[in-house]
Formats: sequence, structure tokens, C-alpha cells
Amino acid sequence: MAIEVRIPTILRTYTGGQKAVEGAGDTLDALFADLDGKHPGLRGRLVTDEGALHRFVNVYVNDEDVRFTGALETKLNDGDSVTILPAVAGG
Amino acid sequence: MLTIDRATYDAIVAHARADHPDEACGVVAGPAGSDQPARFIAMMNAERSPTFYRFDSGEQLKVWREMDDRDEVPVVIYHSHTATEAYPSRTDISFASEPDAHYVLVSTRDPETVEFRSFRIVDGVVGEEPVEVVQSYLFGHSPAEVVYDCPNQ
Repeated sequence: MAIEVRIPTILRTYTGGQKAVEGAGDTLDALFADLDGKHPGLRGRLVTDEGALHRFVNVYVNDEDVRFTGALETKLNDGDSVTILPAVAGG
Repeated sequence: MLTIDRATYDAIVAHARADHPDEACGVVAGPAGSDQPARFIAMMNAERSPTFYRFDSGEQLKVWREMDDRDEVPVVIYHSHTATEAYPSRTDISFASEPDAHYVLVSTRDPETVEFRSFRIVDGVVGEEPVEVVQSYLFGHSPAEVVYDCPNQ
């Protein structure tokens, strides 16, 4: 099972500069755990201590914002494409 | 130093004025490595608030994907402050996630005055930079250039 994950500039320090990495998992949560194994520290930038998706990180599975598909419980299939973008926000 | 052409500068200010009293926000894309803000893209403020802005997540994906396809990067990320100075707030600093971008702040608190300032925000540190408005990028140092120096330097 291979899922392509596109990594934003600011998180490429965790992936050795790579803008795309591969991972596996039946759900987004499982995928992030898998990625963290290969790229330690990455999951901490995406998931809070309470186990929820960081409010100001956008994650998309096949271009759909996962806030609408079950967040970390979003089901993944082989060949899916995941994109991570930090929210652009401020006050 | 932010070098920006007059048309893009005017477009940013016009967008900020048009959305006042809500904060306006957007991106100016440019060819990767050029540091030239060439393609102005006004973004929707999903918060529609006078004190907060946030790019709509679907629109952001579309724009970021498009920039990637065109080998562009976000050279400028701009937003407006509607009642305070054109200086990054603590929220602005903590959410800045594009280390190579010029963060442009426009204040619309005074309808008679344009406040347009630019900053680099890297690892939580803010540094103001001068803004040079040029007629075009081809003739960057024509007599028509105006340089806005940092007021506190």
C-alpha cells in the first residue's frame, strides 16, 4: 500500500528536504503514525497532544479537506494522494 | 527589500480598501527564485472578520497547486489591519508558515492615508524591510521609482 504525501516547505526539515514522501495506513491517523516512524517529529506538527488535527493545518485526501471526511478517521486507499498545507491566517 | 511594481501595489491597496472593515488577504505569486511578485491573487477571507483572516482551505489548495504547476512560489502574502497599524500581530507571527515570503501589511484605519509595509517572518522573528515601488520589473531603477524606507530605521 502506497500513499503519496505532499509536504509543505515548512515541514521539509523533517523529511530531509523532500517535497513528497510515501506512507501507508488505513486511516489518516495510521498514515501519520507511519510517517512519524520514518520522519520523527512530523506527526507532532500535525496532531495535537489531545489526538486531534491541528486547527491551522489543512490536510487534503484527493483534494478534499479532511475536516469534511472524518478528520483523522478519514479512510485511505492504496494510491490515494494526501496534501498538507499550513493554513495561511492571522489577525 | 521588497521590490514591487506599481500595478500590484495599487491592487493590494485597492483590495484592502474594498474589503474594509473586514481584513483583506491574498497572495502575489512569482517565478521560483525570482523574488518578483508578478501575479496578484486576491483570496477570500474565510473568517470575514475585522480582526482575523484565514484563506479558505479549498481555495488555498487550488492556488498552491496552480503555483506549483507554473513553477511559482508565494512571493508576497498580504493582509490588512482595519483598526491597527500595518505591523504583524502576535497571531500573524505565530501563523507565518512561508519562510521565504514577504509579509505585506496594509492598514485601512485611515481612509486618507496609505500604510503599506513589508516584513520577513522566520522562526517567529519579525524584521521590517524597505519597500521599493517600481514602474516595471524591466526598468527597476527608472526615475519613477519610489523607495519607502522603514520608519524606525
